[in-house]
Amino acid sequence: MSARDTVLGKIRASMGNPASNDERRKAVMGRLADTPTGIIPGRAQLPQAGQVELFCTMAEQFGATLARVSDYGEVAGEVSGYLRARNLPAAIRMGADKRLKSAGWETEKNLELRHGPSDGGDLAGVSHATAGIAETGTVAMMSGQDNPTTINFLPEHHIVVIKAADIKGDMESVWSMVREKQGKGEMPRALNLITGPSRSGDIEQTILLGAHGPRALHVIVVE
Amino acid sequence: MELTANKFKANASKALIDAQLQKALGNVEKGFIGKRQKAADALPEFDALRDNARDIKNHTLAHLDLYLEEYERKVTAAGGHVHWAETAEDARRIVLDICRKANARTVTKGKSMITEEIALNDHLSANGIEPVETDLGEYIIQLRGEHPSHIIAPAVHLNKEQVEGDFRRVHTHLAKDRDLTEPVSLLSEAREVLRQRYFAADVGITGANFLIAETGTSVIVTNEGNGDLTQTLGKVHVVVASIEKIVPTLEDTSQILRVLARSATGQDMSVYTTFSTGPKREEDPDGPDEYHVVLLDNGRSAMLGTEYQDMLRCIRCGACMNHCPVYHAVGGHAYGSVYPGPMGAVLTPSLNGIDETGQLPNASTFCGRCEAVCPMRIPLPKMMRHWREREFERNLTPAVARYGLKAWAFFAKRPKLYRMAASLGMPLLSMFGGTSRRFHSLPFAGGWTRYRDLPAPEGRTFQQAWAQREALKQETEQ
Repeated sequence: MSARDTVLGKIRASMGNPASNDERRKAVMGRLADTPTGIIPGRAQLPQAGQVELFCTMAEQFGATLARVSDYGEVAGEVSGYLRARNLPAAIRMGADKRLKSAGWETEKNLELRHGPSDGGDLAGVSHATAGIAETGTVAMMSGQDNPTTINFLPEHHIVVIKAADIKGDMESVWSMVREKQGKGEMPRALNLITGPSRSGDIEQTILLGAHGPRALHVIVVE
Repeated sequence: MELTANKFKANASKALIDAQLQKALGNVEKGFIGKRQKAADALPEFDALRDNARDIKNHTLAHLDLYLEEYERKVTAAGGHVHWAETAEDARRIVLDICRKANARTVTKGKSMITEEIALNDHLSANGIEPVETDLGEYIIQLRGEHPSHIIAPAVHLNKEQVEGDFRRVHTHLAKDRDLTEPVSLLSEAREVLRQRYFAADVGITGANFLIAETGTSVIVTNEGNGDLTQTLGKVHVVVASIEKIVPTLEDTSQILRVLARSATGQDMSVYTTFSTGPKREEDPDGPDEYHVVLLDNGRSAMLGTEYQDMLRCIRCGACMNHCPVYHAVGGHAYGSVYPGPMGAVLTPSLNGIDETGQLPNASTFCGRCEAVCPMRIPLPKMMRHWREREFERNLTPAVARYGLKAWAFFAKRPKLYRMAASLGMPLLSMFGGTSRRFHSLPFAGGWTRYRDLPAPEGRTFQQAWAQREALKQETEQ
């Protein structure tokens, strides 16, 4: 008997070997098909403009810095300003996301643009978020060529661009967006929910920012 | 690790006089209790979410075999591999095989209690593969050759001076006169040292907070980002997870996530919640070439359908130990098992048998705080009581306690005699209480009074006090 059959057999034996699995299977397949929504906190049940405000407040509360620009053309200027203000080299790493490509880089002549996944040598990376969650100030990032996962974790400064219209109230709304993009029951290889810069409390329970991931998270909301 | 659960009393005695440990344990209260309360208070739906989280897990456990099958189907469809492991030994063998096939010399590891449970590091080391822990706390204790003393804060038993000593001892390639007095400099040093290890590792091993049946996804919840670097940069990603980590859907995961971080660290969300589904895809520029899940039973299937089934709802947040007065006093190592604190006192006997672990369910004052804060509403004191009953039935309880209980039962079953003995004894004990109204030493109870005193009885028995209270109540009602 395979290990699989042994383990499943032991589970069924502990349950008193349910004779008919039809009812149980119906319950399982029903839940997987219906994906019932549970309790959604009232905190983020707001009109969209209110959700954007709450997203900004929460993101800052959890240690991100924030900028709001009126269109994609202003993103490059904001990125340059961020790097200058922190005395960082004028270089960024980013993926192939079309929205990032047309973010006004031509006006930032001194800014070096590196494309593709990060190899660990970048101080700053720029990604585009799939969605934002107002409830907790969280950004949702999907893996792929557009926004390689390594950019979320290797650079010391992670700059995330997000469209205000993609900011939703709760996590459950993000699942609806993911299902629209990927199909029901399907996920991208990696989906990262990120809330603030990396941190550790492992030494004397003192919270320190900048553990193994980015030391800083800067969110640019495009209205 | 070697199981020394039945040396709890001796371990605890040592812990109580360990000044370094006692200083470090002061951080548990500072680090966790107030923060959890604040986060819970800020979410009006918190308690309703706890109920829902409990119901979701109960539903899942009642259909566990079917959800596991669905989960396996989805992982396979996404190009991943599922390996079933009945025992810890099976799981170790499977992981070693995967590492060997990948010609691995070093593996990086995200923080995972399940790999502690199966003693994976020792097994890999013994077979010539170097495991590198990357979570800061895990890294520190690996340098010290220790085991985690807390399930989410593995190095909570240490002070920063001890960590500095370890870094100076091991990181000999760095300047001797560097300043490491502040925790932030220790963190930076660990970051620099470990950065190189992620890129050098052939395999990345993580645990999982959840396995989602709907999508075949494994989820890790972390703050440092080390788990993500571990699983993204290795050529092979191995997830080791036990069978009860299954949840049905993304929505169900969201419900439990809302209570997890709040109960653990008092955060609304941990910094990184990562959903991984299969290996690198055609269009992916990064991610692992192979994705494996090792599904471990190791005694859990036998807990289903028993009075210990509720324990399988546990999401390993650590709230029970954070709020446990016994844990506060002695720390996690005294429990002598992988899982310390109240959740360990219930789980360890289930996994290792009560013969070897009988002292653990007794290491509780039954104050009930663990159950009061458990996000999954696991009745921990009740289950510890079940274990005590099992222990008693099997004659494993120490003789003094057994005879004491028998003597008490003799009186308790004879109410007249009980009342007589009590009304004779109470005034006598009250007299011995002296002017301070407290006992500072008692015959046969030196183990108790050495570290604390005890209020002396006030002269009346409980039943006398109760009768008077009831009489008074009737008077006022009339």
